[in-house]
Amino acid sequence: MDKIIADLVDQPDSPSAMRSEADLILTRAKWASEIFRGYDRERTQAIVQAVAQAAFEKAQEYAEWAVRETGFGVVEHKRFKAEASSRGLVEYYRDHDFVNPRVDHERMIVEIPRPAGVVFALAPATNPIATVYFKILSALMTRNAIVFSAHPASRECCNHATRLLAEVAERAGAPDGVIQAIDEPTIPLIDEFMRSDKTSVILATGGMAMVRAAYSSSNPALGVGPGNGPIVVDDTGDCKKTARYLVDSKSFDNGILCTADSIAIVYRSIAKQLRIEMERVGAYFCKEDEISLLREFMFGAGSLNVKGVVGRDAPLIARDAGIRVPLRTRILVAPIKKIGIDEPLSKEKLSPVLAWFVAAGKSEAFTQARATLRMTGAGHSAAIHSSDPQTVLDYATSVEAYRVIANTALSQGASGLTTNLAPTMTVGTGFFGRSSVGENVGPMHLVHWTRIAYAKDASIDISSFDGKQLKFSGPLASAPSDGVPGEDSGSRAAPPAEPRAPVSPGNRRQAGKGRPVEEHTEVDLRSEIRRLIAEELRRNRGE
Amino acid sequence: MSAEKQDFLQRSKEFWNPGKTQAWQDMEVDLVIDRREGYYLYDMDGNRYIDVHLNGGTYNLGHRNPELVEVIRRGMERFDMGNHHFPSLARTALAEELAKCTPGDLQYTIYASGGGEAIDIAIKTARSAMQKRKIVSLVKAYHGHTGLAVKTGDARFSVPFLSQDIEHEFIQVPFNDLNAMEDALRKRDVAAVLLETIPATYGFPMPHVGYLPGVKALCERYDALYIADEVQTGLMRTGAMWGITRYGVEPDILVTGKGISGGMYPIACTVVSPRCAGWLTKDGFGHMSTMGGAELGCLVALKVLEICQRPEVASIVHYTASYLRKGLDEIRAMYPDFFTGIRQHGVIMGLEFTPPEGAKIAMKHLYRNGIWAIFSTLDPKVLQFKPGILATEFLAEEILSRAEVAIGAAAAEALGHDGGGRRVAA
Ligand SMILES: Cc1ncc(COP(=O)(O)O)c(C=O)c1O
Repeated sequence: MDKIIADLVDQPDSPSAMRSEADLILTRAKWASEIFRGYDRERTQAIVQAVAQAAFEKAQEYAEWAVRETGFGVVEHKRFKAEASSRGLVEYYRDHDFVNPRVDHERMIVEIPRPAGVVFALAPATNPIATVYFKILSALMTRNAIVFSAHPASRECCNHATRLLAEVAERAGAPDGVIQAIDEPTIPLIDEFMRSDKTSVILATGGMAMVRAAYSSSNPALGVGPGNGPIVVDDTGDCKKTARYLVDSKSFDNGILCTADSIAIVYRSIAKQLRIEMERVGAYFCKEDEISLLREFMFGAGSLNVKGVVGRDAPLIARDAGIRVPLRTRILVAPIKKIGIDEPLSKEKLSPVLAWFVAAGKSEAFTQARATLRMTGAGHSAAIHSSDPQTVLDYATSVEAYRVIANTALSQGASGLTTNLAPTMTVGTGFFGRSSVGENVGPMHLVHWTRIAYAKDASIDISSFDGKQLKFSGPLASAPSDGVPGEDSGSRAAPPAEPRAPVSPGNRRQAGKGRPVEEHTEVDLRSEIRRLIAEELRRNRGE
Repeated sequence: MSAEKQDFLQRSKEFWNPGKTQAWQDMEVDLVIDRREGYYLYDMDGNRYIDVHLNGGTYNLGHRNPELVEVIRRGMERFDMGNHHFPSLARTALAEELAKCTPGDLQYTIYASGGGEAIDIAIKTARSAMQKRKIVSLVKAYHGHTGLAVKTGDARFSVPFLSQDIEHEFIQVPFNDLNAMEDALRKRDVAAVLLETIPATYGFPMPHVGYLPGVKALCERYDALYIADEVQTGLMRTGAMWGITRYGVEPDILVTGKGISGGMYPIACTVVSPRCAGWLTKDGFGHMSTMGGAELGCLVALKVLEICQRPEVASIVHYTASYLRKGLDEIRAMYPDFFTGIRQHGVIMGLEFTPPEGAKIAMKHLYRNGIWAIFSTLDPKVLQFKPGILATEFLAEEILSRAEVAIGAAAAEALGHDGGGRRVAA
């Protein structure tokens, strides 16, 4: 086709073309969600398990691809996150039922789960694969359709993973189009997706501009902002352990997670000892002139030097900044004298660079931690190393963060990888961070509940709801194509009846027992995940 | 009805078509379409109707599809209809795309401004290629209003104008009857068989398994060409680009119209294989049409083809077809002695009712309930039910919820129960 004609027909720049492109994908997604919401738990879980397994098996491949494509992060850490966001995630929510009704006998309330519909999800370039896994599985667990928009810098690996999981899901019985990827997302196109009335909820993870756009779209959004975690270290802890946690956390995926530590705020009384312990496990403390070099290299252009530092190995950053460090250096530590906009090193760094602030004591440590999060990262994450519960409590009350990780690695802890917080790749920054959700986002945020309620003094037997089942319509039977061999009305079989075991809170667990799809979940994946994590941490410590 | 509308209808009778204007009033369909958007029509009194007539698929992509509007708008800044004698960027581009997306070796496109004209072109081309005059079509067929096309169709459209075939060049055989077809072809004096893949105006009777491939085999045996009229069955309405490929037939000539222009700029196309294209090489000036292949129409058609081929569309058609079928089967089960059958391939649907004019009763009640669907002229017990290929789940559910009430009321009227004529808020 000649260019004159192609330009007139394609019109990639026209708003109506973009709106239509978005609309078509969302129409398909909406259809898929309409059918998916009629699936029972058994069918749903079969799909979830198949997708989790496929994702898990591909974790290494996609981790490598993501690092290759983006230049960010560490393959083995990305693999670890991907594994945790596939089988690990499913294991975590194993006993959560987002499909069947629950009966609250005490309050005489019956609750029926209602999926959101179509989830529009964004994935950042810093954490592409784990985010794709996490959001897709969260959507599937709750019988939602999902449309993915990858960050341009990680588009290839993200779209490949999304399409692969879509195929697996459909082979496992999911409705066609339940998972879709946008070929070439652009800002105006993404905007059309966010504004469409066919989008039920936006799961935004990414830059501040993207998150704010999600909130301005007029659609419900679960947006999460940036982090900038402060870590207070008092004088009651075990310096050796704390040093390890600090270095493990900061070096995890080269500091790329939004839960990564930003500034260690340490009591003067233990600063020296902690520094020695940290140096032992791979921290390099910059000297006065080196700090200037680092500051200039990282923030000289006015904002963070993304290409030069984000998710890169510490020795490479040091080299490019003009600092000589030992090759085994895992993190760079930059002592700073103040925290605020006039000290760029106190901002979010997304790299294995940790700022270091020595505080006179509790009061100064706490005010500086507050100052850190008030600058950026409000509502996100913070950590403390202290053996005094009162100090921990006071700190958690003072600092504007919805996760305060105590005595362990912040980066992995806040995202629920090594704590009992819900494992997530989407960390809710709540009201402090201008978001609607303050906890770790998970499948539970993609479903609302219809509640049947009776008068307080009603004399009804609420237990008569136990064992009542919802009418699950299941997959949509294909309409006949009259006259097409094998597809016409004459050859169409009646849809199979689907007897199900009645489900009530008492026997819900058993309902899944003995069925082939759930059988392999009987293996204790949870302990496997723990083992993986332990191994990971050991490796990090060089044991 | 508003005074304005009454007044307007009077003038419509005076200046446009008194018979048709009155007939609609008699059928209690007082539609005067004003605004239109997507799959909705608004009449001049502001009532809204869901369009499941779509003029036979013309509005497949919705009324005034914004992408098509934009193509026309920008196209007008550069092009007009063009000069039909000269090689043209737009016409060649569309012909190239049609060659890519049509079955078999179909290659050249000859342009018309409407379906009937395109059928005439197909017939002329077939006659010229085969050097034979006879054309076989189906009893109760309709392929258009033009000189040759009208002779292939039902007498209802030719006799009143004394335009029926009197030279025995146009033979009509019953649908789904391969013996009758063979009898018609046996003498090897037939230039082409012209078949609508699923005959629309006859209420979408469905080809039996093996019928269309059987006809194609007979054509090959007796030296006739196969012309597929894909005016209503093409452009994804069966879930595939062309209905004919779903039946495994590669035609020698394929005609597309209606939806090809998205209802934005009249154009129709006759796509022919090299075997039929003799006159195009030997005598390219032999046929001409000033408005055939108007360039603005070509631009829109290119966009229509592009949209139709997006992967989402097949999926949406499949969902819409299956979802509506499920709901209509449920309604049918409620009124088994009134609503007796569903003929379906994709979003091409014919709903069968027991009374001889049952579709007119159903049409009236659907209209009262905000749905516009038309009866089949040549079989008025069948209602044509033709939703678009970009239908949303929201629209489909609304169609069903309105249809349930309407068909209930129609059944009550037809079977003599009371309670008919309810009207839901539009
Ligand atoms: C199958 C078929 N072929 C041809 C035509 C004629 O098309 P037009 O009205 O554009 O001349 C029609 C119109 O209804 C039709 O349905």
